[in-house]
Amino acid sequence: MKKISKITINEKWCKSCEICVQFCPKKVYDMGRFYPVIARPEDCIACKLCEKLCPDFAITVTSPDKAESNKK
Amino acid sequence: MDYLYYLRKEKMPHIWCDGCGHGIILKSILRVIDKLGWEKDDIAMVSGIGCSSRTPGYVDFNTLHTTHGRAIAFATGLKIVKPNLHVIVVSGDGDATAIGGNHFIHAARRNIDLTVIIYNNYIYGMTGGQASPTTPIGKKASTAPYGNPDAPFDISRLAQAAGAAYVARSTVYHVGKTDRYIEQAFLKKGFSVVEVMTPCPTSYGRRNKEGNGVEMMMFQKKNSVGVERAQKMSEEELQGKIITGVFVDKEQNNYLQRYDEVIDKAKQINQ
Ligand SMILES: Cc1ncc(C[n+]2csc(CCOP(=O)(O)OP(=O)(O)O)c2C)c(N)n1
Ligand code: SF4
Ligand code: SF4
Ligand code: SF4
Repeated sequence: MKKISKITINEKWCKSCEICVQFCPKKVYDMGRFYPVIARPEDCIACKLCEKLCPDFAITVTSPDKAESNKK
Repeated sequence: MDYLYYLRKEKMPHIWCDGCGHGIILKSILRVIDKLGWEKDDIAMVSGIGCSSRTPGYVDFNTLHTTHGRAIAFATGLKIVKPNLHVIVVSGDGDATAIGGNHFIHAARRNIDLTVIIYNNYIYGMTGGQASPTTPIGKKASTAPYGNPDAPFDISRLAQAAGAAYVARSTVYHVGKTDRYIEQAFLKKGFSVVEVMTPCPTSYGRRNKEGNGVEMMMFQKKNSVGVERAQKMSEEELQGKIITGVFVDKEQNNYLQRYDEVIDKAKQINQ
Protein backbone atom coordinates (compact mmCIF):
# COMPACT_ATOMS: atom_id res chain seq x y z
CA MET A 1 0.00 0.00 0.00
CA LYS A 2 1.24 3.51 -0.85
CA LYS A 3 2.32 5.38 2.24
CA ILE A 4 0.70 8.77 2.64
CA SER A 5 1.57 11.89 4.61
CA LYS A 6 -0.22 12.67 7.81
CA ILE A 7 -1.81 16.13 7.64
CA THR A 8 -3.55 17.76 10.57
CA ILE A 9 -5.42 21.05 10.68
CA ASN A 10 -6.00 22.77 13.99
CA GLU A 11 -9.45 24.24 13.47
CA LYS A 12 -9.17 26.26 16.67
CA TRP A 13 -6.39 28.35 15.12
CA CYS A 14 -7.30 28.24 11.40
CA LYS A 15 -8.76 31.53 10.08
CA SER A 16 -9.97 30.16 6.75
CA CYS A 17 -7.65 32.30 4.63
CA GLU A 18 -7.38 29.55 1.98
CA ILE A 19 -3.65 30.05 1.46
CA CYS A 20 -3.07 26.30 1.89
CA VAL A 21 -5.87 25.49 -0.56
CA GLN A 22 -4.60 27.82 -3.28
CA PHE A 23 -0.85 27.27 -3.03
CA CYS A 24 -0.59 23.50 -2.56
CA PRO A 25 1.14 22.35 -5.77
CA LYS A 26 -0.78 19.06 -5.70
CA LYS A 27 -4.23 20.49 -4.92
CA VAL A 28 -4.59 18.27 -1.88
CA TYR A 29 -7.14 20.56 -0.22
CA ASP A 30 -10.64 21.70 -1.05
CA MET A 31 -12.15 24.64 0.79
CA GLY A 32 -14.94 23.51 3.05
CA ARG A 33 -17.65 25.64 4.55
CA PHE A 34 -15.34 26.95 7.28
CA TYR A 35 -12.06 25.07 7.10
CA PRO A 36 -9.93 23.44 4.42
CA VAL A 37 -10.75 19.80 3.78
CA ILE A 38 -7.91 17.34 3.19
CA ALA A 39 -9.59 15.96 0.08
CA ARG A 40 -6.73 14.13 -1.65
CA PRO A 41 -4.12 13.18 0.97
CA GLU A 42 -2.75 10.45 -1.29
CA ASP A 43 -1.51 13.16 -3.71
CA CYS A 44 0.57 14.93 -1.06
CA ILE A 45 4.30 14.98 -1.77
CA ALA A 46 5.16 16.25 1.73
CA CYS A 47 6.78 19.43 0.36
CA LYS A 48 5.41 21.22 3.45
CA LEU A 49 4.66 24.41 1.51
CA CYS A 50 1.20 24.55 3.09
CA GLU A 51 2.73 24.19 6.54
CA LYS A 52 5.26 26.95 5.85
CA LEU A 53 2.69 29.33 4.34
CA CYS A 54 -0.09 28.86 6.87
CA PRO A 55 0.13 32.15 8.81
CA ASP A 56 -1.79 30.69 11.72
CA PHE A 57 0.35 27.71 12.72
CA ALA A 58 -2.68 25.55 11.99
CA ILE A 59 -1.18 22.90 9.65
CA THR A 60 1.21 20.07 10.44
CA VAL A 61 2.43 17.76 7.71
CA THR A 62 4.31 14.62 8.67
CA SER A 63 6.03 12.95 5.73
CA PRO A 64 5.05 9.31 5.01
CA ASP A 65 8.27 7.80 6.36
CA LYS A 66 7.64 9.51 9.70
CA ALA A 67 3.88 9.27 9.82
CA GLU A 68 2.78 7.20 12.78
CA SER A 69 -0.42 6.09 11.08
CA ASN A 70 1.52 4.07 8.52
CA LYS A 71 3.38 1.94 11.02
CA LYS A 72 0.86 -0.84 11.04
CA MET B 1 10.17 20.95 13.15
CA ASP B 2 7.94 21.74 16.11
CA TYR B 3 6.94 25.40 15.87
CA LEU B 4 4.91 25.17 19.05
CA TYR B 5 8.08 24.61 21.08
CA TYR B 6 8.98 28.25 20.39
CA LEU B 7 5.52 29.74 20.96
CA ARG B 8 3.71 30.98 24.03
CA LYS B 9 0.84 28.67 23.24
CA GLU B 10 -1.48 30.32 25.75
CA LYS B 11 -1.35 33.51 23.62
CA MET B 12 -2.51 31.72 20.47
CA PRO B 13 -4.33 32.08 18.17
CA HIS B 14 -2.57 35.33 17.32
CA ILE B 15 -4.40 38.60 16.58
CA TRP B 16 -3.38 38.87 12.91
CA CYS B 17 -6.23 38.92 10.39
CA ASP B 18 -6.98 36.06 8.03
CA GLY B 19 -4.59 36.28 5.10
CA CYS B 20 -2.16 38.61 6.89
CA GLY B 21 1.40 37.60 6.03
CA HIS B 22 2.93 38.44 9.40
CA GLY B 23 2.52 34.88 10.69
CA ILE B 24 4.40 33.53 7.65
CA ILE B 25 7.40 35.74 8.50
CA LEU B 26 7.32 34.62 12.12
CA LYS B 27 7.42 31.02 10.94
CA SER B 28 10.48 31.73 8.80
CA ILE B 29 12.23 33.28 11.80
CA LEU B 30 11.44 30.24 13.95
CA ARG B 31 12.61 27.78 11.29
CA VAL B 32 15.97 29.52 11.03
CA ILE B 33 16.39 29.64 14.82
CA ASP B 34 15.58 25.93 14.94
CA LYS B 35 18.05 25.16 12.15
CA LEU B 36 20.83 27.15 13.84
CA GLY B 37 20.09 25.39 17.12
CA TRP B 38 19.92 28.64 19.11
CA GLU B 39 18.70 28.24 22.68
CA LYS B 40 15.57 30.19 23.54
CA ASP B 41 17.27 31.93 26.45
CA ASP B 42 20.08 33.18 24.22
CA ILE B 43 17.68 35.15 22.04
CA ALA B 44 16.09 38.55 22.64
CA MET B 45 13.33 39.71 20.34
CA VAL B 46 12.56 43.42 20.46
CA SER B 47 9.77 45.41 18.85
CA GLY B 48 7.98 48.76 18.83
CA ILE B 49 4.28 49.17 18.08
CA GLY B 50 2.15 47.86 15.22
CA CYS B 51 0.61 44.58 14.11
CA SER B 52 4.08 43.37 13.12
CA SER B 53 5.45 44.54 16.44
CA ARG B 54 3.09 42.15 18.23
CA THR B 55 5.38 39.29 17.19
CA PRO B 56 7.46 39.10 20.40
CA GLY B 57 4.28 38.53 22.39
CA TYR B 58 3.94 35.08 20.86
CA VAL B 59 7.46 33.72 21.23
CA ASP B 60 9.09 32.05 24.20
CA PHE B 61 12.35 34.05 24.09
CA ASN B 62 13.50 37.06 26.08
CA THR B 63 11.14 39.65 24.64
CA LEU B 64 10.77 43.40 24.78
CA HIS B 65 7.72 45.20 23.39
CA THR B 66 8.69 48.87 23.51
CA THR B 67 7.35 52.20 22.24
CA HIS B 68 6.52 53.06 18.64
CA GLY B 69 9.66 53.41 16.52
CA ARG B 70 12.07 52.86 19.38
CA ALA B 71 12.78 49.13 19.14
CA ILE B 72 16.24 49.64 17.66
CA ALA B 73 17.22 52.06 20.43
CA PHE B 74 16.23 49.52 23.11
CA ALA B 75 17.91 46.71 21.17
CA THR B 76 21.13 48.73 20.89
CA GLY B 77 21.29 49.12 24.67
CA LEU B 78 20.58 45.43 25.13
CA LYS B 79 23.28 44.35 22.69
CA ILE B 80 25.91 46.58 24.31
CA VAL B 81 25.16 45.26 27.79
CA LYS B 82 24.72 41.64 26.71
CA PRO B 83 26.82 41.18 23.58
CA ASN B 84 26.35 37.41 23.57
CA LEU B 85 22.59 37.66 23.13
CA HIS B 86 21.20 37.16 19.64
CA VAL B 87 19.22 40.39 19.37
CA ILE B 88 16.46 40.38 16.75
CA VAL B 89 14.31 43.43 16.05
CA VAL B 90 10.98 42.98 14.29
CA SER B 91 9.34 46.07 12.90
CA GLY B 92 6.77 47.39 10.44
CA ASP B 93 7.43 49.80 7.58
CA GLY B 94 5.76 52.51 9.66
CA ASP B 95 7.55 51.67 12.88
CA ALA B 96 10.97 51.40 11.22
CA THR B 97 10.91 54.16 8.62
CA ALA B 98 8.41 56.79 9.82
CA ILE B 99 8.57 57.44 13.56
CA GLY B 100 11.64 55.18 13.90
CA GLY B 101 13.40 56.26 10.73
CA ASN B 102 16.25 58.03 12.46
CA HIS B 103 16.98 55.10 14.75
CA PHE B 104 17.03 52.86 11.72
CA ILE B 105 19.51 54.81 9.61
CA HIS B 106 21.81 55.64 12.50
CA ALA B 107 21.95 52.05 13.72
CA ALA B 108 22.92 51.08 10.16
CA ARG B 109 25.60 53.77 10.12
CA ARG B 110 26.93 52.53 13.45
CA ASN B 111 26.83 48.96 12.23
CA ILE B 112 25.62 47.66 15.55
CA ASP B 113 25.35 43.87 15.53
CA LEU B 114 21.56 43.44 15.30
CA THR B 115 19.21 41.86 12.81
CA VAL B 116 16.17 43.92 11.88
CA ILE B 117 13.36 42.11 10.11
CA ILE B 118 10.99 44.56 8.51
CA TYR B 119 7.47 43.42 7.70
CA ASN B 120 6.69 45.77 4.82
CA ASN B 121 2.97 45.88 4.02
CA TYR B 122 2.99 49.44 2.58
CA ILE B 123 0.68 50.73 5.33
CA TYR B 124 -0.01 51.39 9.00
CA GLY B 125 -2.02 48.22 9.47
CA MET B 126 -2.79 48.39 13.15
CA THR B 127 -4.36 51.83 13.17
CA GLY B 128 -6.59 51.28 10.16
CA GLY B 129 -4.57 52.07 7.07
CA GLN B 130 -2.84 55.45 7.20
CA ALA B 131 -0.21 55.96 4.50
CA SER B 132 3.30 54.93 5.54
CA PRO B 133 6.65 55.96 4.04
CA THR B 134 6.46 52.90 1.75
CA THR B 135 2.93 53.42 0.40
CA PRO B 136 3.39 53.65 -3.39
CA ILE B 137 2.35 56.81 -5.25
CA GLY B 138 -1.34 56.80 -6.13
CA LYS B 139 -2.35 54.06 -3.70
CA LYS B 140 -5.23 54.76 -1.36
CA ALA B 141 -4.93 55.04 2.39
CA SER B 142 -7.27 56.39 5.07
CA THR B 143 -5.09 59.53 5.03
CA ALA B 144 -4.97 59.56 1.22
CA PRO B 145 -8.49 58.79 0.03
CA TYR B 146 -7.77 60.10 -3.49
CA GLY B 147 -4.38 58.44 -3.76
CA ASN B 148 -1.04 58.99 -2.07
CA PRO B 149 1.00 61.89 -3.53
CA ASP B 150 4.25 61.02 -1.71
CA ALA B 151 7.08 59.02 -3.26
CA PRO B 152 7.92 55.92 -1.24
CA PHE B 153 11.14 54.85 0.46
CA ASP B 154 12.85 51.75 -0.85
CA ILE B 155 13.77 50.35 2.58
CA SER B 156 16.51 48.06 1.33
CA ARG B 157 18.19 50.84 -0.64
CA LEU B 158 17.86 53.13 2.38
CA ALA B 159 19.58 50.57 4.61
CA GLN B 160 22.27 50.07 2.00
CA ALA B 161 22.98 53.79 1.68
CA ALA B 162 23.06 54.18 5.46
CA GLY B 163 25.82 51.57 5.76
CA ALA B 164 24.23 48.27 6.79
CA ALA B 165 26.45 45.19 6.53
CA TYR B 166 23.74 42.92 5.15
CA VAL B 167 20.54 43.82 3.29
CA ALA B 168 18.11 41.54 1.49
CA ARG B 169 14.48 41.58 0.38
CA SER B 170 12.01 38.79 -0.08
CA THR B 171 8.24 38.27 -0.02
CA VAL B 172 6.13 36.00 2.13
CA TYR B 173 5.32 33.95 -0.99
CA HIS B 174 9.04 33.28 -1.58
CA VAL B 175 9.40 31.47 1.69
CA GLY B 176 12.61 29.60 0.75
CA LYS B 177 14.37 32.88 -0.03
CA THR B 178 13.08 34.46 3.17
CA ASP B 179 14.54 31.60 5.21
CA ARG B 180 17.88 31.87 3.42
CA TYR B 181 18.16 35.63 3.88
CA ILE B 182 17.14 35.53 7.54
CA GLU B 183 19.76 32.86 8.19
CA GLN B 184 22.48 34.93 6.48
CA ALA B 185 21.37 38.00 8.43
CA PHE B 186 21.41 36.17 11.75
CA LEU B 187 24.95 34.95 11.09
CA LYS B 188 26.21 38.39 10.05
CA LYS B 189 28.36 40.26 12.55
CA GLY B 190 27.00 43.76 12.02
CA PHE B 191 23.76 45.52 11.20
CA SER B 192 21.65 43.24 9.04
CA VAL B 193 18.27 43.98 7.50
CA VAL B 194 15.79 41.62 5.90
CA GLU B 195 12.80 43.34 4.34
CA VAL B 196 9.91 40.97 3.76
CA MET B 197 6.96 42.14 1.67
CA THR B 198 3.76 40.98 3.32
CA PRO B 199 0.07 41.45 2.52
CA CYS B 200 -2.23 43.50 4.72
CA PRO B 201 -5.57 42.59 3.16
CA THR B 202 -7.54 44.41 5.85
CA SER B 203 -6.08 47.91 5.86
CA TYR B 204 -4.44 48.02 2.42
CA GLY B 205 -5.67 45.29 0.09
CA ARG B 206 -9.35 45.99 0.51
CA ARG B 207 -9.05 49.74 0.03
CA ASN B 208 -6.88 49.30 -3.07
CA LYS B 209 -8.96 46.49 -4.55
CA GLU B 210 -6.00 44.10 -4.41
CA GLY B 211 -8.06 41.29 -2.97
CA ASN B 212 -7.49 38.98 -0.04
CA GLY B 213 -4.26 37.47 1.29
CA VAL B 214 -4.21 34.77 -1.38
CA GLU B 215 -4.60 37.26 -4.24
CA MET B 216 -1.98 39.57 -2.77
CA MET B 217 0.45 36.64 -2.55
CA MET B 218 -0.37 35.65 -6.14
CA PHE B 219 0.67 39.20 -7.06
CA GLN B 220 3.99 38.68 -5.26
CA LYS B 221 4.50 35.41 -7.12
CA LYS B 222 3.88 37.02 -10.52
CA ASN B 223 5.61 40.35 -9.98
CA SER B 224 8.86 39.63 -8.18
CA VAL B 225 12.12 40.05 -10.04
CA GLY B 226 15.53 38.92 -8.82
CA VAL B 227 18.08 41.70 -8.38
CA GLU B 228 20.38 40.33 -11.12
CA ARG B 229 17.60 40.29 -13.67
CA ALA B 230 16.36 43.69 -12.49
CA GLN B 231 19.74 45.22 -13.36
CA LYS B 232 19.08 44.43 -17.02
CA MET B 233 15.60 45.94 -16.99
CA SER B 234 14.57 49.55 -17.65
CA GLU B 235 12.81 51.83 -15.15
CA GLU B 236 9.61 51.35 -17.11
CA GLU B 237 9.82 47.57 -17.08
CA LEU B 238 10.40 47.65 -13.34
CA GLN B 239 7.25 49.68 -12.64
CA GLY B 240 5.14 47.83 -10.08
CA LYS B 241 7.69 45.05 -9.68
CA ILE B 242 9.17 43.83 -6.39
CA ILE B 243 12.93 43.48 -6.60
CA THR B 244 14.11 40.62 -4.40
CA GLY B 245 17.57 39.38 -3.53
CA VAL B 246 20.66 40.23 -1.53
CA PHE B 247 21.66 43.88 -1.98
CA VAL B 248 24.56 44.06 0.47
CA ASP B 249 26.74 41.45 2.14
CA LYS B 250 30.02 42.91 3.36
CA GLU B 251 32.49 42.61 6.20
CA GLN B 252 33.24 45.75 8.18
CA ASN B 253 34.11 46.48 11.80
CA ASN B 254 30.96 46.61 13.88
CA TYR B 255 30.12 49.03 16.66
CA LEU B 256 31.07 46.71 19.52
CA GLN B 257 34.55 46.18 18.06
CA ARG B 258 35.05 49.89 17.56
CA TYR B 259 33.76 50.61 21.05
CA ASP B 260 36.24 48.13 22.56
CA GLU B 261 39.02 49.88 20.65
CA VAL B 262 37.98 53.21 22.17
CA ILE B 263 38.04 51.68 25.66
CA ASP B 264 41.52 50.24 25.05
CA LYS B 265 42.79 53.59 23.81
CA ALA B 266 41.32 55.45 26.78
CA LYS B 267 42.93 52.98 29.18
CA GLN B 268 46.35 53.44 27.57
CA ILE B 269 46.13 57.22 27.71
CA ASN B 270 45.02 57.20 31.35
CA GLN B 271 47.60 54.70 32.58
C1 LIG C 1 4.05 57.55 19.64
C2 LIG C 1 2.95 56.85 18.91
N1 LIG C 1 2.41 57.41 17.80
C3 LIG C 1 1.46 56.77 17.12
C4 LIG C 1 0.99 55.55 17.55
C5 LIG C 1 -0.13 54.87 16.79
N2 LIG C 1 0.32 53.74 16.01
C6 LIG C 1 0.23 52.47 16.49
S1 LIG C 1 0.77 51.32 15.39
C7 LIG C 1 1.10 52.53 14.23
C8 LIG C 1 1.63 52.20 12.87
C9 LIG C 1 2.03 50.79 12.66
O1 LIG C 1 2.38 50.57 11.32
P1 LIG C 1 3.55 49.58 10.93
O2 LIG C 1 4.74 49.81 11.77
O3 LIG C 1 3.76 49.67 9.47
O4 LIG C 1 3.01 48.13 11.36
P2 LIG C 1 1.79 47.23 10.86
O5 LIG C 1 0.68 47.48 11.83
O6 LIG C 1 1.43 47.63 9.45
O7 LIG C 1 2.32 45.85 10.94
C10 LIG C 1 0.81 53.80 14.73
C11 LIG C 1 0.97 55.04 13.96
C12 LIG C 1 1.56 54.99 18.72
N3 LIG C 1 1.19 53.80 19.18
N4 LIG C 1 2.53 55.64 19.38
S1 SF4 D 1 2.86 19.15 1.93
FE1 SF4 D 1 2.89 20.03 -0.12
S2 SF4 D 1 1.76 18.58 -1.37
FE2 SF4 D 1 1.30 18.06 0.75
S3 SF4 D 1 -0.58 19.18 1.19
FE3 SF4 D 1 1.10 20.51 1.80
S4 SF4 D 1 1.53 21.81 0.03
FE4 SF4 D 1 0.27 20.07 -0.67
S1 SF4 E 1 -3.48 28.41 5.50
FE1 SF4 E 1 -3.85 27.88 7.65
S2 SF4 E 1 -5.26 29.45 8.41
FE2 SF4 E 1 -5.31 29.53 6.16
S3 SF4 E 1 -7.03 28.18 5.63
FE3 SF4 E 1 -5.18 26.94 5.55
S4 SF4 E 1 -5.07 26.02 7.61
FE4 SF4 E 1 -6.50 27.70 7.75
S1 SF4 F 1 -4.53 45.01 9.91
FE1 SF4 F 1 -3.20 44.33 8.26
S2 SF4 F 1 -1.16 44.12 9.21
FE2 SF4 F 1 -2.67 44.19 10.87
S3 SF4 F 1 -3.14 42.03 11.30
FE3 SF4 F 1 -4.68 42.78 9.85
S4 SF4 F 1 -3.87 42.24 7.84
FE4 SF4 F 1 -2.15 42.11 9.29
